[in-house]
Amino acid sequence: MKHKTFFWFILPTFLAMLIFIFLPIISVVLQSIHTPHENVLITVENCDPFGCKKVTSIDHEATKKLNQSDPLGKFVGLDIYFDRGHLAIEKFKLIWNNSENIFSFIKSLSNLPFYKAVFFTLTFTFTVTPTMLLLGLLIALGVNSISKKLRGIVIFFSLLPMIVTPLIGSIILFWMIDSRGIIGNLIQWLFDDPNLSLKASTTLTWIMLIVYGVWHAIPFSFIVFYAGLQTVPKDQLESAKIDGANKFEEVIYIIIPHLMPLITFVTLMQLMDNFRVFEPIVGFSAEAHATSLSWIIFNDLGGETRQLSAAATSSILTIIGVIILLSPVLLRTWKDFKFKK
Amino acid sequence: MNLIKYTFLITSFLFFLIKNSFACEIKARVSVVGNEFPAIQTVGAGAKKCKGAEVKTNLTADHQKINVAGMSSEPAEYTSAIVANTSIVALLNNDLIRPLDDLVKKHGSKLKKNQLITINDKVMAVAFMANAQHLVYRKDILEKLNISVPKTYEEMLSAAKKIRTSGLAKNPIGGAYKAGWNLAQEFNNMFIGYGGKHFKGNTPEPNVKSDAGKKALNMMKSLSEYMNPDFLTHDSNATNAEFRAGNVILMNMWGSRAATLTDADGVSDAVKKGMDIAGPMTVGGGDIPASTLFWDGWTVAKKISDAEAEATFIAMMNAIDPSIIKDDKVRKQAVWLLDGYTPTDAARGVFAAAKMNTTPYPMLPYAGLMHSAIGAEIADFMQGKENAKKTLSDIEDAYRAAAKEKGFL
Repeated sequence: MKHKTFFWFILPTFLAMLIFIFLPIISVVLQSIHTPHENVLITVENCDPFGCKKVTSIDHEATKKLNQSDPLGKFVGLDIYFDRGHLAIEKFKLIWNNSENIFSFIKSLSNLPFYKAVFFTLTFTFTVTPTMLLLGLLIALGVNSISKKLRGIVIFFSLLPMIVTPLIGSIILFWMIDSRGIIGNLIQWLFDDPNLSLKASTTLTWIMLIVYGVWHAIPFSFIVFYAGLQTVPKDQLESAKIDGANKFEEVIYIIIPHLMPLITFVTLMQLMDNFRVFEPIVGFSAEAHATSLSWIIFNDLGGETRQLSAAATSSILTIIGVIILLSPVLLRTWKDFKFKK
Repeated sequence: MNLIKYTFLITSFLFFLIKNSFACEIKARVSVVGNEFPAIQTVGAGAKKCKGAEVKTNLTADHQKINVAGMSSEPAEYTSAIVANTSIVALLNNDLIRPLDDLVKKHGSKLKKNQLITINDKVMAVAFMANAQHLVYRKDILEKLNISVPKTYEEMLSAAKKIRTSGLAKNPIGGAYKAGWNLAQEFNNMFIGYGGKHFKGNTPEPNVKSDAGKKALNMMKSLSEYMNPDFLTHDSNATNAEFRAGNVILMNMWGSRAATLTDADGVSDAVKKGMDIAGPMTVGGGDIPASTLFWDGWTVAKKISDAEAEATFIAMMNAIDPSIIKDDKVRKQAVWLLDGYTPTDAARGVFAAAKMNTTPYPMLPYAGLMHSAIGAEIADFMQGKENAKKTLSDIEDAYRAAAKEKGFL
């Protein structure tokens, strides 16, 4: 393509990216290095149905003047990044110096909200992604080998978990796994422990969220791999059979290498998807046991306190996390591209 | 022909008269956001009866998450927010609601003085009901086991022990202990009951790392041992469901929800007949109840035109017209602060709370930050992951970080 043609071809996409991705990120960065001005506090008399009393309140006139003179707020640099709600540098050092071994270090660190969220987010991402890749491939191979008459209906049912809205799916499961729900009761009966509750234990809550994550994500990898399987060259499979390869060797030496680009694609998408895990935590009311980076942002933004700077900082840290997470895959793709050239 | 003409004229004149004397007429849009419990549903429906312009309501449990954003735009999406003494703070902090003195003078003749919420001598909200958490219990079960109605949390514990050993209920205590706002509210109750003060004097400096804090946490832990093991996921709706199902015998519940508790479908007669209400409990030998007093009221947005503000005021006044409590169903829904209200049986709990000098929830600009910090940090303690001292210093650290960011420390 000529450079000029390429320029006109890419311009609309580039503009859209500038407006919808680049500018918002700049605004979030700005927000994360500013905080609201210090409130001017005054003592006033409040009266309500229960009587009057002197309380502290905000002097709006004085605070407004401060805001008008400097509408962005107070510049604080990286203070918010380093405070207890985020990277907690001071606490981190303290815990590092006081911990005897790596386990007690991780345990103390997970008491801090940001690290607690990072630990769960990473555990979720690195268990759900490989599991759903493997199971998706197995289901695709299974569906590919059943009779053509049955395939349509089997594919439909395999796709159901993805059709259900994540929040709704998790709320439905939330009631099913309740200690009085159908699954919760079944588990109590299986383990013969009437006090067993999935929602009361951190480990079980994590497992439940991961199982839900896999359940919800499998259809995506399944359908991509199933489509890929339709393009596997028949002659290669036949010659493998003649050479005496069994079914397992066929999969390892022919099908998986053929599907490799698709596997990279699904991994990339799922790493990003799982890193921003959010709905199941809300749906399962799991915040006492597991929080994620996205949940922290939601929690800071919502509620009556609305900590915008904290939410902006968490967003930037999430973006940095995604970049680090994807860099190996991106690097590999870049190398392949250069090699082909 | 003339006859028809006259009849038509007279009828339309009569219609005009009726419309003006009974209905509420407004000239500009009204849009209300608020919580979803029964009394507020009634108020929302009352505002909607006004004719002449559009009246919209958005009543949801998530109202606190949306009211600030919905009133910050110019013009504001919501012309009125129904709030409590907790949630008004966010609106005051962001300067989103207007003083109502002029409108009260013009249209507020039906209001009683104690309905006016004044801050620095300006009316900022109009309260219509009072609320508090108090004991809700099963009279039949307590009588069967010969247990007197608990007046303190210590008595509640011993009652729970007896009920459990009797086998009538495995987890007899209920509580809205869902991690977050609910759990923090239960801590606030208990902390105040033990004589704790959240802040040092009139400053935003935190003060929960105290003996009262430790005792409050330990009491909550002891109570939770008699609760459904899923208690950290139970809000007041889930706790009520457990009571309706007959699984919970004793619980600290909101007055606003207690009255209509057993009205739902499928509640057994035993629960319906056995349910009773008592005042809030004290704890640790203190004389202030381990509970907080709340008012619910409505506000008018600042960033709207004066015409819209007036329409909103008229519509909301119509919604809380004293005539609404003539309906027995409505009267039962809450402890109304309206003229002519006489307490129903369901109001005993909240009345007892007011009589026992229960502390009102503090209307402080930084109270919400403290509330969130408590809600986020106590869950670890309730699960036995850390001790009370660690949790209390975690609360102070989390609060300090947030208060620093918001410009209070």
